[in-house]
Amino acid sequence: MASRRLKDLLSSISIRFTLIAINSIAFLMALVLLLKSWPILKNYNIAELLLNAKWHPIKGEFGFFPFIIGTIEVTAIAMVLSVPVCILSAVYLSEFAKKRFREIVHLTVDILAGIPSVIYGLFGVITVVPFARALGSFFGVKATGYSLLSGGIILAIMVCPVIISVTLEVLRAIPQQARECSLALGTTRWETIRYVLLKNARRGIIAAIVLGFARAFGETIAVMMVVGNVPIIPASFFDPAYPLPALIANNYGEMMSLPLYDSALLFAAFILMCVVGIFSILANMTLLKIERRGI
Amino acid sequence: MEEKIFKGLMLLSLILVLVILAGIIAVVVMKGTPALNLSMIIETPKGGYYLGKEGGIANAIVGSIYLAFGASIISILISLPVALALQKDYTNRHLANLSRLILDILWGTPSIVYGAFGFIIMVYFGLRASLLGGIIVLTLLMIPIMVRSMEEVISMVPQELKEVSYALGTTKLETTIAVVLKQALPGIITAILLAFGRGIGDAASILFTAGYTDYIPKSIFDPVASLPLAVFFQISTPAPEVQARAYASALILLFIVILVSVFSRLLGRRFSKHIVR
Repeated sequence: MASRRLKDLLSSISIRFTLIAINSIAFLMALVLLLKSWPILKNYNIAELLLNAKWHPIKGEFGFFPFIIGTIEVTAIAMVLSVPVCILSAVYLSEFAKKRFREIVHLTVDILAGIPSVIYGLFGVITVVPFARALGSFFGVKATGYSLLSGGIILAIMVCPVIISVTLEVLRAIPQQARECSLALGTTRWETIRYVLLKNARRGIIAAIVLGFARAFGETIAVMMVVGNVPIIPASFFDPAYPLPALIANNYGEMMSLPLYDSALLFAAFILMCVVGIFSILANMTLLKIERRGI
Repeated sequence: MEEKIFKGLMLLSLILVLVILAGIIAVVVMKGTPALNLSMIIETPKGGYYLGKEGGIANAIVGSIYLAFGASIISILISLPVALALQKDYTNRHLANLSRLILDILWGTPSIVYGAFGFIIMVYFGLRASLLGGIIVLTLLMIPIMVRSMEEVISMVPQELKEVSYALGTTKLETTIAVVLKQALPGIITAILLAFGRGIGDAASILFTAGYTDYIPKSIFDPVASLPLAVFFQISTPAPEVQARAYASALILLFIVILVSVFSRLLGRRFSKHIVR
């Protein structure tokens, strides 16, 4: 009897301990990254770091502006391209498609969400880069195809499965009665979708978009393979860009001899973690509100 | 009228998405199949491999399997207790919700950040890029995925069922093992395979921490090759023969990932027969 209680006690303690340990890993990560980026934060004004466009680590110039702009623009293109298409697709699947078809597509989309990013990158190199090059020459721009646009398109494709899957789940979670009530009032199906379903699912859809955004924002390998990696402020869609994750991936681990360079790259990692963290918290808060409202 | 336009747009969007997603699979299969042969799978790179000479990517296949299996096993040992701890039997609601939020942040954290963090830790402990380093970083990457997906099924176990078990005089541990784990088993297996699939395909986190080598590692302190990095490095070379091998490597990787994904869904269905709802 005593041994049963003892085992229970020990297991409870160790289970709680692992929970605390895992929670502290997040803080440890943020703390370590902050400590490591301290030298650069101490030597430079933070506004200067974020807004200066000159990136010459050897000369001691660390301007993150081109990388930040590159990250924002690539992500923005991806979201602009994917969000409308994904939401429209999800609504069609949820409201018009037959059950069997919807289930098959949902399954396929979930499987595709798990495809490694390097494969999306490879697809980008094979198809999207030539497409961007052709589009560039059509507009009379001499372009290699390794550009902001290619990065954006690849990211748009990568976030599609995530956004569609979550939006579809949110829409399906709306009770069937809500649709029937609206239709019984004499609305058309489109009016029901627009005024009842999309309105009810608003928060869930925002959460889906934020999830997609988080994935796009931190994506490294796939973007790096198609975006060109030139530290300039891109002037057009056909110019190369250099997002933050690619900066870290291309340079980290090699420049250990320049302590400030090392510190600068870890500052980039810290920025990435913070931005994704903030957006995760926002998405989480919206989802929690949904749960409380019981939709 | 508006309805017709929007319905048309929806159908068009769906077709566009499906065509592009099917296109990815089709492109990788079409480009990869011609370059795929037996020696690709069973040989390690020979001299001049990266100039288009003989050899294969057995080093990367075996390396990826070592990495993903190693990381999965450690992740299970850590994730299962954490997922169980999130039940209200063990933790109050506020701490559980806070932990869920933190795990979501960890899940969303880009894998390149894990790579950088892992590298700092490795330098601190004097480790070089190695199988061990890769496994540690992949473990960190996989834990949030595993915990959140395991927890989703564990939280579905009906409270009444647990209470019935407690009423029989069992301790929390006994109920957890006999009732909760048994009920949640299919979901737990799915969670493990989901995380495995993520781990085996991730490149950015092991870029600095696992290294790359032409050999199959003999100890956990040796550097190790991996499939995603094999794809990445080979596509970056100028030689068309080597690029063709990148396609073949991608095909192998895609095959493994889809196989794991489909397998996990089938297993989930199979084991769910005995569940009390």
